[in-house]
Amino acid sequence: MTPAQKIIVTCTVNGERRVFNTFPMARLIDILREDASLTGTKEGCGEGECGACSILFNDELVNSCLVPAAHAEGARITTIEGVARGDQLAAIQEAFLEYGGAQCGICTPGMILAAIYLLRKSPNPTEAEIRVGLAGNLCRCTGYSKIFDSVLAACRKSGVL
Amino acid sequence: MFRKPPDFTYFGIIRAGRRQKHGGAGNRGPTPHCGTAGFFLLDFSAEIQDFEKMTQPSKSTECPLPLRKEGREKVTGRAQYVDDLTFPNMIFGTTVRSSVPRGRIRKIFFEGDIPWNEIVIVSAKDILGKNSVAHILDDQPCLADELIHHAEEPILLLGHSDRFLLEEARRNVRIEIDPLPPVLSIDDSLARKEIIWGKDNTFKSFLIQKGDVNQAWNKAHLVVEGEYVSGAQEQLYIEPNGMIAFAEPGGVTVWGSMQCPYYVHHALTSLFDLPKDKVRVVQTETGGGFGGKEDYPSILALHAALLSRKSGRPAKFIYDRAEDMAATTKRHPSRTRHRTAVTKDGRLLAMDIDFVLDGGAYATLSSVVLSRGSIHAAGPYNCPNVRISSRAVATNTPPHGAFRGFGAPQSIFALERHMDHIAAELGLASDEFRRRNLIQEGQTTATGQKIRENPDLEGLLKSALDSADYNKKSALFTKENRKPGQKIKRGMGISVFMHGAGFTGSGERFLASVAGIEATPAGKIRVLASSTEIGQGARTVFSQIASEALAIDFDDIEVVQPDTNLVPNSGPTVASRTTMVVGKLIESAALALKETLIQSGYLANSYTRGEFKNACANFIARTGPLRVFSQYQQPEHIQWDDEKYLGDAYGTFAWAVYVAEVSVDLSTFETRVENFVAAQEIGKVMHPLLAEGQIEGGVVQAIGYALYEDVLWKNGSMWNNRLTNYIIPTATDVPRVKVLFKENPYRYGPKGAKGIGELPMDGVAPAILNAVEFATGARVDRIPLLPEGLMKALQSPEQGRKMLRRGDK
Repeated sequence: MTPAQKIIVTCTVNGERRVFNTFPMARLIDILREDASLTGTKEGCGEGECGACSILFNDELVNSCLVPAAHAEGARITTIEGVARGDQLAAIQEAFLEYGGAQCGICTPGMILAAIYLLRKSPNPTEAEIRVGLAGNLCRCTGYSKIFDSVLAACRKSGVL
Repeated sequence: MFRKPPDFTYFGIIRAGRRQKHGGAGNRGPTPHCGTAGFFLLDFSAEIQDFEKMTQPSKSTECPLPLRKEGREKVTGRAQYVDDLTFPNMIFGTTVRSSVPRGRIRKIFFEGDIPWNEIVIVSAKDILGKNSVAHILDDQPCLADELIHHAEEPILLLGHSDRFLLEEARRNVRIEIDPLPPVLSIDDSLARKEIIWGKDNTFKSFLIQKGDVNQAWNKAHLVVEGEYVSGAQEQLYIEPNGMIAFAEPGGVTVWGSMQCPYYVHHALTSLFDLPKDKVRVVQTETGGGFGGKEDYPSILALHAALLSRKSGRPAKFIYDRAEDMAATTKRHPSRTRHRTAVTKDGRLLAMDIDFVLDGGAYATLSSVVLSRGSIHAAGPYNCPNVRISSRAVATNTPPHGAFRGFGAPQSIFALERHMDHIAAELGLASDEFRRRNLIQEGQTTATGQKIRENPDLEGLLKSALDSADYNKKSALFTKENRKPGQKIKRGMGISVFMHGAGFTGSGERFLASVAGIEATPAGKIRVLASSTEIGQGARTVFSQIASEALAIDFDDIEVVQPDTNLVPNSGPTVASRTTMVVGKLIESAALALKETLIQSGYLANSYTRGEFKNACANFIARTGPLRVFSQYQQPEHIQWDDEKYLGDAYGTFAWAVYVAEVSVDLSTFETRVENFVAAQEIGKVMHPLLAEGQIEGGVVQAIGYALYEDVLWKNGSMWNNRLTNYIIPTATDVPRVKVLFKENPYRYGPKGAKGIGELPMDGVAPAILNAVEFATGARVDRIPLLPEGLMKALQSPEQGRKMLRRGDK
């Protein structure tokens, strides 16, 4: 077994240029969590089913557990750490806080990124659209209702997503 | 005059390291590793709030609800879960498990192109003391040394700093096992096909008797029998189990995802034979538990500690989803048989219930799960003659464990399906038959517990039915379902049930939980309890309780992260006991702390936030640390006979009526829950938003239990141990749940609160299956009900006839 050669991957994470020296098939979630210490991105299943590792990748919502590091070359990545502006929470984060969208919190980062993706594409979604938009993100605590309430409330709020 | 509540003793703890002259009370105080050495019984001289006053609507209806205490950390991704922690020089651990359900280890081979000299290997031989995971019984080994009792039995632990190499290494361990014939079903275990545990495969049995069922059969108008089966269910918290340990000479510290730090603490002190103060357990932010992190974290902590001790380095175990689903505990599969006698006018005359749980390979929590399931098996009905005979039996599957509801969802599923069958036999409507039998104040449960409150189940039933538009929809669906060619059938189903809060019987008395309140020199208040925040909102509710008792800001309260070096043993975070039992201790401690400040002259009877802060600062500067601990004492009215299993099983119950509306597509046989009403009486609702969140989440988890979540077994292992093929409800699968609360404050809960967490799991599955039967005529008494199961049921000749009959009516 010949060990794989490491490569250099350069990308933008939450607006900052990052250089990773990593294996080409390393998972994006691992370089984010371990090399960049951005532990807000969570791993729930490792096979793209639960959505806890959701991030924005060139403005698309992806499961970072399924993206090979090599693929991130030149990409623009947003993780949960890039959603708030300093201490100023985004409207969607405020809404999750106020409307009970987060319970144990482990699905919350991915859920918030999925909600942001949805609201960027469809600023005033119906509840049916919200359901479809969040269908790739599993939550075991809330039964989803309070998450829908949070997303609906965020639509009513002004401010950055 | 201060009226000391009968159920609690107060300990005011002052100044660490200084013995008090009232030290006689010392042996009743909290555990010594709290850093305190002296305490005194407080002399109270002020009036506490009257209970009646507490039933008035609180300020929280006027003020906005406090936000979730740790919510900001959670929505920003800053909350630290165990996998987010890294220690210098840390290694990763992995577990080599059995591949057969029963056998004898012959030989272990380390194969492949693996640098085995770099891998730290731990086997049972590295355990110096007793090789067991100490809990109720000590039958479960920490690592198997010879005999294998289930297919996920841990045999070796491997450690290395490179996770990828470690996984390769794990795959290259070959364990030769001489297989033995396994027992893989309740029937085989009961038949004693093989004896795999104890003398007769029985972990525990109970017999609960009220009246005499045998003299009732002859008097009955009807005797109705039924058998009900439920499968295993995976808790499926989104954060898998994980633990980090660092063992130093003479001590060990673990950090991890858990519900019960003192369970883990007990397991560690037992395995390593360490004094209590040499073991430290710290809960990290926990991404869901639902019972799945009640007992399993103990074995994981032992594994991490063993690997750390052998390597001399911090050791981290994070299960991946597949391992978590296969190896950790799940809800007990069950089989329940009912034989019920009723009178002509639809009154229950006798209930004979046989309840069996599959406990898996080791005793773990099965005895207590069985206990709760048995006590709830006859439901919230008045019946003069009841016999509940129950057993938890051993099989060669991984041990089943705690899961929200703890045995009650299984027995209530059986009962509430059975109640519908009896109603049908009697020709009574489901709601009417139940209405005639609802338990009322002054009547007794199966264990002879006299109901000392007005459960007003009839009122609750009316609210639920009205809210669901039950009568109108029932009539409409009946009409529509008869239309020829109707491919979508709709139905309504109900369930009525209760859930006892807190440990069963004398359990809380034995636990004798302690919780505390501490003031800082800056006038902040710290809540000291081992109850863990696992998503349910414990931190928020504890802060509410403390801030209201002390009349200070919610933001001035800090709930200390459970760490056995810092917090006393408040008992486990289970059994819907956190708010009701531990919350009450916090309320008592907070009131006592306030009294201490008032009596010692630092604080007037009414005060501002600033005055409170000054009082704390002055007290601490002149007298020393200001901490008050409160210890549970069982209310005297709770009388329980452990031998006969009779008496007050719980201090109180939460009561509920749930209504499901379903549609069934006869082309695909898929069932959808279209609407759901959850009406319950849970005492004082402490935080309506969090409480609704508990109910909504529980109902959805239970929809999964009823319709989606099918644990498939193959040779004693979970076969579909992935999220790809074990299906839990998504955002598109479930309705909005209409949540109704009624409040009947419970005297011994903080502000009148009862337990709530498990309740919503109990009555959902039967309501759904009742609705499916309404819609289709299919009598299915087995969950989960997947489309193929419904198809089979509807295509059997008997069911076909039944459907036709319904259609013809």
